[in-house]
Amino acid sequence: MTLWQELKEGTGISLSALRANKLRSGLTTLGIVIGIVTVTLMATAIQGLNGAFRQSISSMGSDTLFIERFGWFNDSHEEWQKSMRRPVISFDQFDALSRQMTLAKAMTPITGTQLPVTFKNRTSRSVSILGCNEQFVLIGANTIAEGRFFSAAEANGGRPVCAIGSAIATNLFPNMEPVGQKIRVGGSTVEIIGVMAQQGNFLGAFSLDNRVIVPLRFYSVAFHRPLDYEIQIRVASMELLEDAKEEARGILRQIRRVPPGAADNFAINQQEMFITTFNRVGAIIASAGLFITGLSLFVGGIGIMNIMFVSVAERTKEIGIRKAIGAKRRTILLQFLTEAAGICLFAGLLGLAVAFPLTLVMNQFLPATLSLPIVSLALGVSLITGVISGFLPAWRAARMNPVDALRNE
Amino acid sequence: MALLQLTQITRRYVMGSETIHALREINISIDRGEYVAIMGPSGSGKSTLMNLLGCLDTPSSGDFFLNGINVSLMDDNQLAELRNREIGFVFQSFHLLPRSDALHNVELPLIYSGMTHALRRKRALEVLDHVGLADRVHHRPNEMSGGQRQRVAVARALVNNPSILLADEPTGNLDSHTGDEIMILFEELWKKGNTIILVTHEEEVARHARRIIRLRDGLVASDEPSSGHSPVRTLPIP
Ligand SMILES: Nc1ncnc2c1ncn2[C@@H]1O[C@H](COP(=O)(O)OP(=O)(O)OP(=O)(O)O)[C@@H](O)[C@H]1O
Ligand SMILES: [Mg+2]
Repeated sequence: MTLWQELKEGTGISLSALRANKLRSGLTTLGIVIGIVTVTLMATAIQGLNGAFRQSISSMGSDTLFIERFGWFNDSHEEWQKSMRRPVISFDQFDALSRQMTLAKAMTPITGTQLPVTFKNRTSRSVSILGCNEQFVLIGANTIAEGRFFSAAEANGGRPVCAIGSAIATNLFPNMEPVGQKIRVGGSTVEIIGVMAQQGNFLGAFSLDNRVIVPLRFYSVAFHRPLDYEIQIRVASMELLEDAKEEARGILRQIRRVPPGAADNFAINQQEMFITTFNRVGAIIASAGLFITGLSLFVGGIGIMNIMFVSVAERTKEIGIRKAIGAKRRTILLQFLTEAAGICLFAGLLGLAVAFPLTLVMNQFLPATLSLPIVSLALGVSLITGVISGFLPAWRAARMNPVDALRNE
Repeated sequence: MALLQLTQITRRYVMGSETIHALREINISIDRGEYVAIMGPSGSGKSTLMNLLGCLDTPSSGDFFLNGINVSLMDDNQLAELRNREIGFVFQSFHLLPRSDALHNVELPLIYSGMTHALRRKRALEVLDHVGLADRVHHRPNEMSGGQRQRVAVARALVNNPSILLADEPTGNLDSHTGDEIMILFEELWKKGNTIILVTHEEEVARHARRIIRLRDGLVASDEPSSGHSPVRTLPIP
């Protein structure tokens, strides 16, 4: 008898056994159903978080350095407090750095504030206003979708021009071409010369498209004179990232008069730090999820094992008959394994049916969808649970002595 | 060479400190084409002997040759294969699978021997027709009478063309009329060349056989031709 034939026969037997005990099988599957719902939701959520994260940080660019007073991630509260006392990064420091850097492809100082933006009778209440130089558009995922970015001449001249984020374009100009229009930002009038390409949300926290970018020199005159800057540097090439970082660090230490041996009084941040932190947090979430999932599957598996022992005991005589007419150990073993796996697979499908609408709800918050790999993961896990928890009962059945089994009533 | 050769066979059951000698060094030889009844009082070892002959059990000591193969040395899986190939069982309480119809019950030994679907279906229908159940093929056991169930069991026992048909009290759960019908069926099968061994404690049933082995306390008390029949079969073995 080939394995295929045995599986086919086993499936037939287990289907009729399941049909005969619908309620009992149904109740037993509950544990597995819950387990599979958890597996599915957990995997979908993790995948969704991952997706959201990758999408968000791609806007930062992997070859970009962010020089700020503070590090993005502090190991302790004290470190954070210490960094609060650091001197600000001034425009002169940016100027000196940009003159000395050799490994930068583009760099800009950035400052920003929140202001309402108005076009005719339409207003966006709280918009990020960024002041920077003309090289901003060369850094990270910043690109122009329509029109153009401001030129070096416009930046140096402090012209009242701007590029707007795609959200501003849709909100203020629902059926009109924004380029060439004049908007009011705070108390000033600014001409739109370009629209930035859409970038989406940053970690679901704020929109990268709800902003207006103006020349820094105009910003200082029209809004306020910035005290502290962030400097963004796009390095010449990915391979030079570490070299560029060291170069910037050396120059800044000198400019900011950090004594030799003392710690930096500024931070050079990069995308990679986000990835490291995210992976660490992700691993914690995943292992917590795995634990919960494992626990519910374990409980479900015990239920299956229990019911399979009952099933084997009930069908002792059937096992005797089958052995008497030539069923081998393997045949009986497979019969009961197929049954356990069948119950669990059914539970897995049920679990997926329950999880599916929940993933749709989840989709409102995360880019999470029930993907094919997750479906196969869920079914695979339920199959394995079935095989593992069915093994002991099936083994007991397979080893039964036919004479004793036949005598059973 | 005899089809079945039992030499100095014993079967002991150990129960705690007690040892029960169900069979004590018995010697029996049965040839192909014989029709044997095994008789004896309750507890004399009939079922124990039957289980050994049917390769469901192995002896505690002694040699048992079936078709020249030493069964005493076989493991579980080899015994299963041997039963599938060489033995057809008919039990007192039928022992059919309750959720399967007659056809599937009869097909089962062929499934275990690995026959393809089409072939085994054909063969199973053939045998069911032969025991007179062509019109009950898709009935489940609980939809059939006792006599019909036992016919299904006989069909299942025959479907693999076994060397031996073993029946333990085949008429025990049947009324005398249907019991007679089964015995007529056995008679036909024997005349076609099947080897039949049956256990019974009814003299009437035993009289159908051509040879009667009587057991007492695990020993062969007598082994002689059945009265009213000649010990030698009249038909040639096909
Ligand atoms: N599994 C077992 N464990 C212990 N003792 C057993 C077992 N099977 C049979 N015996 C004992 O072996 C002896 C022979 O039993 P067996 O079943 O062969 O008798 P029998 O001739 O078939 O009787 P009956 O006509 O009542 O069916 C009895 O004393 C019985 O108690
Ligand atoms: Mg008995």
